[in-house]
Amino acid sequence: MKWKYAVPLVLLALLAALPQFLPRFHIYIIAIVLLTGLLATSLNLAIGFGGIYQFHHAVFYGVGAYGTALMLTRSGLPAPLCLVAGPIAAAALSLVMGIICVRLSKLYFGMLQISLGSLVWAIVYRWYSFTGGDNGIPGIPVPEWIASPEGAYYYILAVTAVCMYALHRIVRSPFGKALEGIRDNPVRSEAIGIHVRLHQLAALVIAGFFGGVAGSLFVVIDTSVFPDMMFWTYSLEVLVMCLLGGMYTFFGPLVGSSILVLLRTYVSVYIPYWHLFLGIVLTLLIIFLPDGVLGFAVRRFRPKEGRLA
Amino acid sequence: MGFLEILFSAGTLSQILTGLSRTTILFIVSSGLSLILGVLRIPNIAHGSLYMIGAFTAYSVISFLGGGTFAFFAAMVAAPLVVAAIGFVMERGFFSYLYDREHLMLLLLTFSFALILGDLVKIFWGTEFRSVEPPAFIQGSAEILGLPVPYYNLFLLAVGPFIAVFLWLVVNRTKIGKISRAAAVDAEMVSAVGINVGWVFAFTFVLGCFLAGLGGALIAPMTSVSLGMDHSLIMEAFLIVIMGGLGNVWGALLGSLIFGLSQSLGIMVWPQFGIVFPYLAVVVVLSFRPRGLLRSVW
Repeated sequence: MKWKYAVPLVLLALLAALPQFLPRFHIYIIAIVLLTGLLATSLNLAIGFGGIYQFHHAVFYGVGAYGTALMLTRSGLPAPLCLVAGPIAAAALSLVMGIICVRLSKLYFGMLQISLGSLVWAIVYRWYSFTGGDNGIPGIPVPEWIASPEGAYYYILAVTAVCMYALHRIVRSPFGKALEGIRDNPVRSEAIGIHVRLHQLAALVIAGFFGGVAGSLFVVIDTSVFPDMMFWTYSLEVLVMCLLGGMYTFFGPLVGSSILVLLRTYVSVYIPYWHLFLGIVLTLLIIFLPDGVLGFAVRRFRPKEGRLA
Repeated sequence: MGFLEILFSAGTLSQILTGLSRTTILFIVSSGLSLILGVLRIPNIAHGSLYMIGAFTAYSVISFLGGGTFAFFAAMVAAPLVVAAIGFVMERGFFSYLYDREHLMLLLLTFSFALILGDLVKIFWGTEFRSVEPPAFIQGSAEILGLPVPYYNLFLLAVGPFIAVFLWLVVNRTKIGKISRAAAVDAEMVSAVGINVGWVFAFTFVLGCFLAGLGGALIAPMTSVSLGMDHSLIMEAFLIVIMGGLGNVWGALLGSLIFGLSQSLGIMVWPQFGIVFPYLAVVVVLSFRPRGLLRSVW
């Protein structure tokens, strides 16, 4: 069944062709859509497939971005190394936070995680001499080969595609299946010999790493970072993206983040009250479409399989 | 200056008093949140927005009545009632149909309400900062060990215990309070003995919202009333509730004390990173007692 790769490949080719006939602003927006999609998909590995209440995912996005930004501005190391440093820092933080949180369940996990994340946010927000405090870091020197908008776009497209493929492989692997098993029935999973905590910790670290990759991509396209990236409200917005697209599908979060980012960009031009709009949409969604746009489509049009490949 | 000298100086005392008056506000708001979490199991993110609406309503009532002692107390009654009414509509109109959904959905639903209410406040009151004068009899400040302490802070310190005792009486000594505690443990069993659990839930939710409004109204004379005051507070209230033990009113009090004091003392010890200390306290507490300091009803 090789044709199942057809849709992603055609989409990829389409996205690669876009810079030839779209103005710069739209290229920027599509790059943001892509990296936000990666961020939401990485969160979905923990919350949708793992059933872990990762409430403060944006902190890894922020640390990935700040890690890359600080390395680029302050260290003389070669750029590729700096671009990788952010995600590794995010993965390391995810490991530490995971070790502290993972023995708790559900809401308690989420709350301790949000507390640790807020701690990181508070430090970044106040450490003026190192992180620039609430001003963030503007004008980050991005290496030449990705400095032009087109260069940045192609870099982001390539990295996002590779990461999405990697995440897809992870979800489809025995590890991913074990994770789903833990989500659906932790006690039974434990009984058949799955190390529940270890699997959850691994999922958190992977999610944190790819969240950090999304952060470092943001640095490439925007050449600035600011603490709002890792404020808890943004984490909930990413959660909304997962819900909007469909949490139990792989591509749902990507669909959700595309809808949300594009809506925000084009709707907030006409409606000054974006939050009101978002709140109403979200309320309707929760009441009428709880398994998301893609989840609904899958259920409606492919009743047998139930889940998108 | 040595450590002990700092510990016993007048500056420390005034910081503790500031921390305690902030504790009162935190306690009032987070006990409402805790009640809702304990009985209805809704992590109500819109609680912060209700608090903000309480503050703005208090501002409007006081400026409509032209200030003065009567206006102040009228606002302290009216604002919580307005917020409680909003809470009633939220519970009966939306939440009551969705109790069987998982926590995550309810959390996101309350988030959407937070977004909607936040923008409605922006539409009704605009984006300017508002300030409220405390009434004449508690204006100015007392002098304690040579440092000025606002009378309003002392007023809050007096109000706090009243609220705590009132809540304790409602939860432990009234019939509806006892039923709501039973519903927190096993709602199905409560409905099996012929009690309308839906109305118990509504009562608890409205009481929790009333407390959010009261907290907002009480803080109005202390800070500038502005948009965004919901965001920092709701996070603090959640952490307090988790730290104290979900659904436990005394836990909310204990959590507020830890949070308020670590905040005000932290700012004195290390001004730049003062805001880090309360979060640190939460992490330490939850590392040793993962289910909170006091027994949770869950």
